[in-house]
Amino acid sequence: MFANFDFDVILRSLPYLFYQGMTFTLLLTTLATLGGILVGTLLALMRLSGIPFLAIPAAAYVNLMRSVPFVLMIFWFYFLVPYIGQWVTRSAQPLQVGAFASCLVTFTLFEAAFFCEIMRAGIQSIPRGQVAAAQALGMTYPTTMGYIVLPQAFRNMVPVLLTQTIVLFQDTSLVYVISVTDFLGAASKIAERDGRLVEMYTFAACIYFIISLMASRAVQQMQQRIAIIR
Amino acid sequence: MNYHWDWTIFWDPSPDGVHTYLQTLLLGAIWTLTTAGCAWIIALVLGSLVGVLRTTPFPWVVRLGNAYVELFRNIPLLVQMFLWYFVLPEIVPRGFGNWLKQLPNASFYTAVVALGLYMSARVAEQVRAGTLSLPRGQRLAGLALGLTLPQTYAYVLLPMTFRIILPPLTSELLNTIKNSAVALTIGLMELTARARAMQEFSFQVFEAFTAATFIYILINIVVTFAMRLIEHHVAVPGYLGLKRPAAGH
Repeated sequence: MFANFDFDVILRSLPYLFYQGMTFTLLLTTLATLGGILVGTLLALMRLSGIPFLAIPAAAYVNLMRSVPFVLMIFWFYFLVPYIGQWVTRSAQPLQVGAFASCLVTFTLFEAAFFCEIMRAGIQSIPRGQVAAAQALGMTYPTTMGYIVLPQAFRNMVPVLLTQTIVLFQDTSLVYVISVTDFLGAASKIAERDGRLVEMYTFAACIYFIISLMASRAVQQMQQRIAIIR
Repeated sequence: MNYHWDWTIFWDPSPDGVHTYLQTLLLGAIWTLTTAGCAWIIALVLGSLVGVLRTTPFPWVVRLGNAYVELFRNIPLLVQMFLWYFVLPEIVPRGFGNWLKQLPNASFYTAVVALGLYMSARVAEQVRAGTLSLPRGQRLAGLALGLTLPQTYAYVLLPMTFRIILPPLTSELLNTIKNSAVALTIGLMELTARARAMQEFSFQVFEAFTAATFIYILINIVVTFAMRLIEHHVAVPGYLGLKRPAAGH
């Protein structure tokens, strides 16, 4: 079964796989998580603001993102981002956007919908009395959110946010559909060049498995350590 | 924006010469639903089995179930599809491998198996959480009445579990439908793949994707509505159901 398993092709392509591929994957994961949490928190605040003008568009956006496949959204943004860029910069032609920037916008905006739902649950888990107390002390809305509600919401939701980050890390493999060289893209390029599909895909699966498993174990441990005892 | 909109494109004949673009998209939607439906059956059966195994009092069985879930949860779905489609036929005995490769609709069967197993790990997680959320007394009472362990599961625990976890199972069903789009990478012509093909042949990018998006939203609304009816019908009085924020798609 593994008689003609060629370990050498893996060894030879390690620098390419990790310098080119994994760097892209990890950078995309990190930046998209940070951007996604930022946009997601804003969306959550909009949804919870009680102002229909803000709440309805935010809810519509989140529900739209949650009801279509990520692959379809990747295609959407792949073609849409140049036009958005043109609109933002007011240039005459659709903007030429690099693969990384395009992916980053896609992942940030898509994952923001999921981070929004997590942050919304986090904000709603803070007792009403705390907001009331803050208002009674004369705090404005930004102060209440910034100093009272959001820090606690974040702390409660850190494990879920990190788990979503692991999901995002796995999702980055989907940039394969627009032929971007992430870790899986690099593996598949070597696989097709050398006709070594078995070796490369098995190796890629192992690496994804190890990283995701270690990360989720770390999240579990951290969850036990930082849990607020009530 | 200097994009040329043309909504009449849907009534133009597609390159297959028989159907219009709209019809090819609808055929794609049927493939999406068929794939997701078949995968959902696998996911439900295997997921329930593994989920139950993970709540039994036998440490080794629990460990085996946990390993199963970790294995399928920690590898991206796309990579799993590739493993089933490209790697499996190469590592099984040659005759069987060739048979697999020559199977008509090979990408459909592969997508069903890959998606079914991937989702089964998530169903198993829900079944486990649901069973563990039941009061300990229910299991003990069942056993004290002289029911065997399988009987306790069949008549006491699982009927409650499934009624409690129906809402999270609904979202897993919706995830199955959405995740079936990943199968376009192994050549399954489901809805997203058809929208992509339409974009390539007609150059009407945004019309094609808008139509696909609408069909997905429609499917979502119908499934959600149907499941709401069932959920309402089977809800356990006094239980609010498992409502935890969960990560994932």
